[in-house]
Amino acid sequence: MTSATHTADHHDEHHDHGPAKGLSRWLFTTNHKDIGTLYLLFSLTMFFVGGAMALVIRAELGMPGLQFVHPDFYNQMVTMHALIMIFGAVMPAFVGLANWMVPLMVGACDMALPRMNNWSFWILPVAFGLLLSTFFLGGAPAGGWTMYPPLVLQTGDAFPLLIFSVHLMGISSIMGAINIIVTIMNMRAPGMTLLKMPLFVWTWLITAYLLIAVMPVLAGAVTMLLTDQFFGTSFFRAAGGGDPVMFQHIFWFFGHPEVYIMILPAFGIVSEIIPTFSRKPLFGYDSMVYATASIAFLSFIVWAHHMFTVGMPLTGQLFFMFSTMLIAVPTGVKVFNWTATMWKGAMTFETPMLFALAFLFLFTIGGFSGLMLAIVPADFQYHDSYFVVAHFHYVLVPGAIFAIIAGAYYWLPKWTGHMYNETLGKWHFWLTTIFVNLTFFPMHFVGLAGMQRRVPDYPVVFADFNFIATVGAFGFGLSQLLFIVVVVQCIRGGKKATAEVWDNPHGLEWTVPSPAPYHTFDEPPEVGDLAEIGPLKGT
Amino acid sequence: MADAHAQDKYYVPHGSKWPFVGTVAFLFMMGGVSAWLNGSDLGQWFMLVGVAIMVYMLFGWFGTVIDESENGIYNNQVDRSFRTGMSWFIFSEVMFFAAFFGALFYARSFVLPWLDGQGNNFFTNLLLWTGFESEWPSNGPAGVGGDYEVMGPLGLPLINTIILLTSSVTVTIAHHAIAEGKRAIVLAFLGLTVLLGFIFVFLQAEEYIHAYTEMNLTLETGIYGSTFFMLTGFHGMHVTLGAIILLVVWIRVLRGHFTPTSHFAFEAGAWYWHFVDVVWLGLYIFVYWL
Amino acid sequence: MKRLIALFLTGVAGVAHADWDVNMPVGVTEISKEVYDLHMLIFWVCVVIAVVVFGAMIYALINHRKSVGAVPAKDMVHSTRAEIVWTIIPVVILVAMAVPAAETLVKMEDTRNPDVTIKATAYQWKWHYEYLDQEIDFYSNLDADSNAARQLGSGIDPESVPHYLLNVDNPVVVPVGAKIRVLLTSNDVLHAWWIPEFAVKKDAIPGFINEIWFRAEEVGTFRGVCAELCGQDHGFMPIVVEVRPAEEFATWVAANQAEGDEQQRLADAVN
Ligand code: HEA
Ligand code: HEA
Ligand code: CUA
Ligand SMILES: [Cu+2]
Repeated sequence: MTSATHTADHHDEHHDHGPAKGLSRWLFTTNHKDIGTLYLLFSLTMFFVGGAMALVIRAELGMPGLQFVHPDFYNQMVTMHALIMIFGAVMPAFVGLANWMVPLMVGACDMALPRMNNWSFWILPVAFGLLLSTFFLGGAPAGGWTMYPPLVLQTGDAFPLLIFSVHLMGISSIMGAINIIVTIMNMRAPGMTLLKMPLFVWTWLITAYLLIAVMPVLAGAVTMLLTDQFFGTSFFRAAGGGDPVMFQHIFWFFGHPEVYIMILPAFGIVSEIIPTFSRKPLFGYDSMVYATASIAFLSFIVWAHHMFTVGMPLTGQLFFMFSTMLIAVPTGVKVFNWTATMWKGAMTFETPMLFALAFLFLFTIGGFSGLMLAIVPADFQYHDSYFVVAHFHYVLVPGAIFAIIAGAYYWLPKWTGHMYNETLGKWHFWLTTIFVNLTFFPMHFVGLAGMQRRVPDYPVVFADFNFIATVGAFGFGLSQLLFIVVVVQCIRGGKKATAEVWDNPHGLEWTVPSPAPYHTFDEPPEVGDLAEIGPLKGT
Repeated sequence: MADAHAQDKYYVPHGSKWPFVGTVAFLFMMGGVSAWLNGSDLGQWFMLVGVAIMVYMLFGWFGTVIDESENGIYNNQVDRSFRTGMSWFIFSEVMFFAAFFGALFYARSFVLPWLDGQGNNFFTNLLLWTGFESEWPSNGPAGVGGDYEVMGPLGLPLINTIILLTSSVTVTIAHHAIAEGKRAIVLAFLGLTVLLGFIFVFLQAEEYIHAYTEMNLTLETGIYGSTFFMLTGFHGMHVTLGAIILLVVWIRVLRGHFTPTSHFAFEAGAWYWHFVDVVWLGLYIFVYWL
Repeated sequence: MKRLIALFLTGVAGVAHADWDVNMPVGVTEISKEVYDLHMLIFWVCVVIAVVVFGAMIYALINHRKSVGAVPAKDMVHSTRAEIVWTIIPVVILVAMAVPAAETLVKMEDTRNPDVTIKATAYQWKWHYEYLDQEIDFYSNLDADSNAARQLGSGIDPESVPHYLLNVDNPVVVPVGAKIRVLLTSNDVLHAWWIPEFAVKKDAIPGFINEIWFRAEEVGTFRGVCAELCGQDHGFMPIVVEVRPAEEFATWVAANQAEGDEQQRLADAVN
């Protein structure tokens, strides 16, 4: 087994010097660990900004009647909250984790295209800078994150900035995805065959393909909005032979794969954590890989389940209902395999495991509500109600966000070289889990009872549940401040972490010291039989 | 050029300012265009500054890469990374065009028939667009943009098709030549390819002028004008870009940068060229012909 | 934190004496009842699956933990049999759910031979209704009381307004037991016409007409909302349908046809 202590190397000495000093280290860096850190910090910031907006939303919805904000500002909050959370918090968090972990997991010295890696990141602050600047240009976009025309065409000066910031996010994601694909395809250490790759690497590989396939389509869709607005094209105008619904088709052709882009890497993280703390290899590795691939494939042929109420031909509605329901099958395979991994294991419950377990339960609940939404006649009742809001927050918050937090706790010691404060971690977990359910579970009820989405005010019968949700949201928000504390503490110091950190975990990342040196795997390691690494040792 | 195998290690540059320069360029470009579209004259100047910075970045970035490659710092693995990267970049471009082709097909095979009362849209036609009959090309039930002439497949478009097809033959000849190290032939045929590329763009411009001045066929001409100009327009931009890439490659051939074994930049340019070529075939068939 | 807990307790207290509005209304049409049954069917299916899956997880969490001395079965790495079983069973369940769903859907889409046809055109932010055969047409806006109370910082307690945000000046009136077809379109942006008790929801799209139908089996007043984001007052353009006995409907028609154009002028004046 190679360790990361790297051999001095005369004919490219640059490998031997550490990080540059000062700001230029971060502006010009080509180091996957630096860039990963940048991504993660950016994502955390955006999570708080988007969360602050969510708190404005919840505050206004705390009781019936308008207390704090004007309806149009409310819509700005909803729109920006979603755009920031999806493109600013969740996606960069996953790319950050990929930057940090994929090279370590496949035994590569760095990402394959280091300069482009830097570019992918630094485009993001510009994109969100432009997007947020619209608050000072007479109001942010308020047409919902789905940007449906004709409403979105009523956006004021914010409109072009919305379009171009989406373009920039697209460019960033595409370059990031290309980089990840190339790294996985071309930088694996000898012996690291495809079917030996950790599942996090697999899920990211497939996610990257999804990204490259759909981000350009989103770019095309918003470009059509731009030309409809400024250059008199008629893509989405019936008078000229276009159709507003056509935008929805193009948008959701991007949009549905997008939601799996936000969950597949989460599946990957959970598939790393559960085996470690069950002290048992992942059950059904191969079928996990195939399940991920089939989910990705299916995600291209289900998009219109977001549009059942637009008046599609009957055949269309039936097709998209069936294809959507099918996705439950591979996802189920994953859930069952995770369960089987815990089965007859020897589990311990450190914070990463706790978050992974909460993911297992709560994501599945979100999946169930998703399945209910797929049933067209019922969706006529659910659609654009809070039942949908409940569904996607269950898959996104205790789904994607929990997985990201779990991953952060799992790899923090590897990044910082210190153990985080386990007690605070547990507090963070329990508070977060209690409040997240308090926030989003009542939304199922008000949704079924007939409360529609995207409204700042509602009939009084919905008052009680909305109040509970608001309390939950503030509790949830405050609990996240604990996370900041834990992370900062862990960076500052704490119990030294060993190379393995956990009880005999699986994967190359645990063969390098903690904190991982600035340059790892300068000489690619020999990955013989995987049994040499991790819990399979000796079996 | 130095032997690509001189390096056994994967080259990882330490720190580079170019990507960040590119980021700044984006800030000026996107911010500028937005301001411009919102009616601020300052906007266009910001945009131009952005473009200037972007050009500076491209020279700097590619300059560095070329130097590194010339100094034989890249091994085959790096070369493979570039190839894989380039192919997936091209794939993302394909998907971008797919969005617009999708719009074209959707409008033709669903929207227009619906406006004419087919499917579950009997009343759409009866009450909103009385008497409208679906056909293609169409500028919609309200005849947005007024009467127009259709851009047929013959004449300029046909010539352009021939030009582009020829150019992709010439580039292939150049490709074989470079593999056999016959520099003169490479220069001749690659030069020819670039020339054809620019001629194509020139004729395309002619066609647009004709459409606007004589045929009253414009971006405003309903869904037909929209899809026609957006598809051919984006394609035209890609041809221009591709031609510029090949021009740069041509200069590098002149400088003797490539060897029969190592000429990735050339191949990347060639791939890109074949890609715009294939897109054009799709255009010719679905936009001009059918 | 104390204040939060206090707040929370009051919240719970609130729920305690709330009328528990936690589920989809059964509704008053044959279709809405079918939809409700469908909804409950999927719900219970999911509950059962949840019990099984979560049950297994919880069992493992309790018995297969290190602290109770469990030893990991490291060689338990896969089982093709298991994989096949837990692929097939979900497929079967899904097919079983898809069949009744498809049947109901087919019924919902059949808008042929209605008794009354109403064209509903959405505006930012109100509805305009035209009874195509009766030559009646009128605008329907949020009622004045709600409108006053919903203003930012109005100081009016919503509780004091009857049917806050669910009341309009001119409701749609239809005969009981008749098949009503609604032709939906929009004058500006997307909107959606939703009455939970009828289980109908369809988008109103500018330039296109969508059709829905319902046959109310009970007289009464049924309230719905605009269910597609349409701008700042999306939450303030409710829909109210009064289902009346046939003869009452007839008199209503007569009355309104008389002052039809009068009504129109008023409406225009208001808007
Ligand atoms: C991470 C993001 C994520 C994920 C993973 C999912 C997963 C799923 N989603 Fe969701 N969805 C969203 C994010 C996501 N969704 C968002 C953001 C929206 C709203 C967008 C907007 O309008 O703003 C949305 C909206 C949405 C709609 C549109 C609702 C409407 O607007 O009317 C529908 C309809 O079909 C749907 C369905 C599904 C289904 C079937 C799944 C499936 O993948 C779930 C599969 C999982 C399970 C089923 C649970 C585990 C399985 C088992 C235990 C096996 C056994 C189970 C059975 C056999 C039932 N989703
Ligand atoms: C990954 C995506 C993601 C995430 C993580 C979240 C997180 C949250 N969301 Fe969001 N949400 C969406 C994606 C997401 N949401 C989408 C796509 C929509 C649809 C938009 C649309 O309809 O167009 C939506 C819509 C949406 C609505 C519906 C609005 C409406 O339809 O009218 C609501 C209402 O409660 C809501 C609430 C919340 C809450 C309480 C959280 C909480 O989890 C947030 C947790 C809170 C914090 C993290 C705050 C932490 C910060 C502090 C404590 C300090 C604050 C101060 C400063 C920062 C200075 N969201
Ligand atoms: Cu009209 Cu929402
Ligand atoms: Cu979806």
